[in-house]
Amino acid sequence: MATHDVRITVNGEPREAAVESRLLLVHWLRDVLRLTGTHIGCDTTHCGACTVLLDGEPVKSCTVLAVQADGGEVTTVEGLEQDGALHPLQEGFQQEHGLQCGFCTPGMLMTGRALLERNADPSEADIRQAISGNLCRCTGYVNIVKSIEHAAAKLREAAAS
Amino acid sequence: MIPSAFDYHAPGTLDEAVALLERHGDEAKVLSGGQSLLPLLKLRLGDAGHLVDIGRIPGLTGITEADGWLRIGGATREADLERSALIRDKYPILLDTAAVIADPLVRNRATVGGNLAHGDPANDHPATMLALGAEVVARGPGGERTIPVTQFFTGLFATALAPAEILTEIRIPIPPPRSGGAYVKLERKVGDFATAAAAAQVTLGGAGEIARVGIGLTNAGPTPIKATAAEEYVRGRQPDAEAVAETARLAAEATTPSADRRGSAEYKRDMARVLTGRAVTRAVQRAGGQ
Repeated sequence: MATHDVRITVNGEPREAAVESRLLLVHWLRDVLRLTGTHIGCDTTHCGACTVLLDGEPVKSCTVLAVQADGGEVTTVEGLEQDGALHPLQEGFQQEHGLQCGFCTPGMLMTGRALLERNADPSEADIRQAISGNLCRCTGYVNIVKSIEHAAAKLREAAAS
Repeated sequence: MIPSAFDYHAPGTLDEAVALLERHGDEAKVLSGGQSLLPLLKLRLGDAGHLVDIGRIPGLTGITEADGWLRIGGATREADLERSALIRDKYPILLDTAAVIADPLVRNRATVGGNLAHGDPANDHPATMLALGAEVVARGPGGERTIPVTQFFTGLFATALAPAEILTEIRIPIPPPRSGGAYVKLERKVGDFATAAAAAQVTLGGAGEIARVGIGLTNAGPTPIKATAAEEYVRGRQPDAEAVAETARLAAEATTPSADRRGSAEYKRDMARVLTGRAVTRAVQRAGGQ
């Protein structure tokens, strides 16, 4: 079986690995690196539970080969917390009750983070459009939108001070 | 789900990619954004012994106007089309189209060339490219050739690309003044394929009549459809309500949709009619007409 030597930076840490051609990025993250915060939901490119940032853009890691990420930077939900402090998005989901079962949450957080990097003050429509590839079966999305708004406000406050 | 084993190749040049495709013949598939191919392989609906990733070949991305053409690199991501100021300002039909393909996460990987080369009649770019009169550039063992989009879709998941050819660029003739286009899609939810969708591109003449027109339909038969009878009917006419309705009726007549969970054939054909009417109306408005 052909394997490929890859170098991928994951949550700021450079990693080297030999990966099989067909190994999916999500399986490498979960099964090899044991970063199990990234979930596998539908496994068919629909639900977005497996969303991670690849070079800053949110992608469905069940539909990217690990070898395609060679040379790239991956951020998973484990990379949100910094020095023991929750990211404002994580805090927002906690404060605004943005999750119930929590299965979609890692994907929602990563999509939310990419949105806020691009747009510091998104409208409700912007948020709903951004998360339209991330399915939640519990919340009805209302509190997810509020959670992202909470984080956006907090980040804007931090940027202003 | 785990795909069957394959070998992955990441050539650095088009020549290397073409050579790999030639060497591995039927066993090889081109991997672009992978948003259709990888799900197919995972579900084992398709099989490939070798994937040739064109994502690391320089020069296959970009959106530029030159020499009378809008040129879109084959490996340009849908998200890049959506964010392009040029597309936003001058080609709203392409923005309409890109914005309804799959979902925003998929569009960060999915490519314009892949959307065409996959040959899926449910994909959204084919109808738009038919309406725009686009051509694609293919690079193969014999060099480069251009293929009009009207001759590109040869069957269900089949295109005019030879086995060792790679779609490298899409060329769209820059529309003259007083042109406009629109793509209108009915989908059950974000990420779904079209129940029906229509693309219309028009250029208005001096008296406000439709001087040039292209109409394409999505997911309404085994291949993307160019509604030629509807185009011929409306060319030279004033785009009044009656003419738009007849154009829409003729476009729907060109469809042969299949019944599935999105609806009956009759329903889909009628939706093709309704959406063609809306697309033509919006295209005329964007061209500066009524």
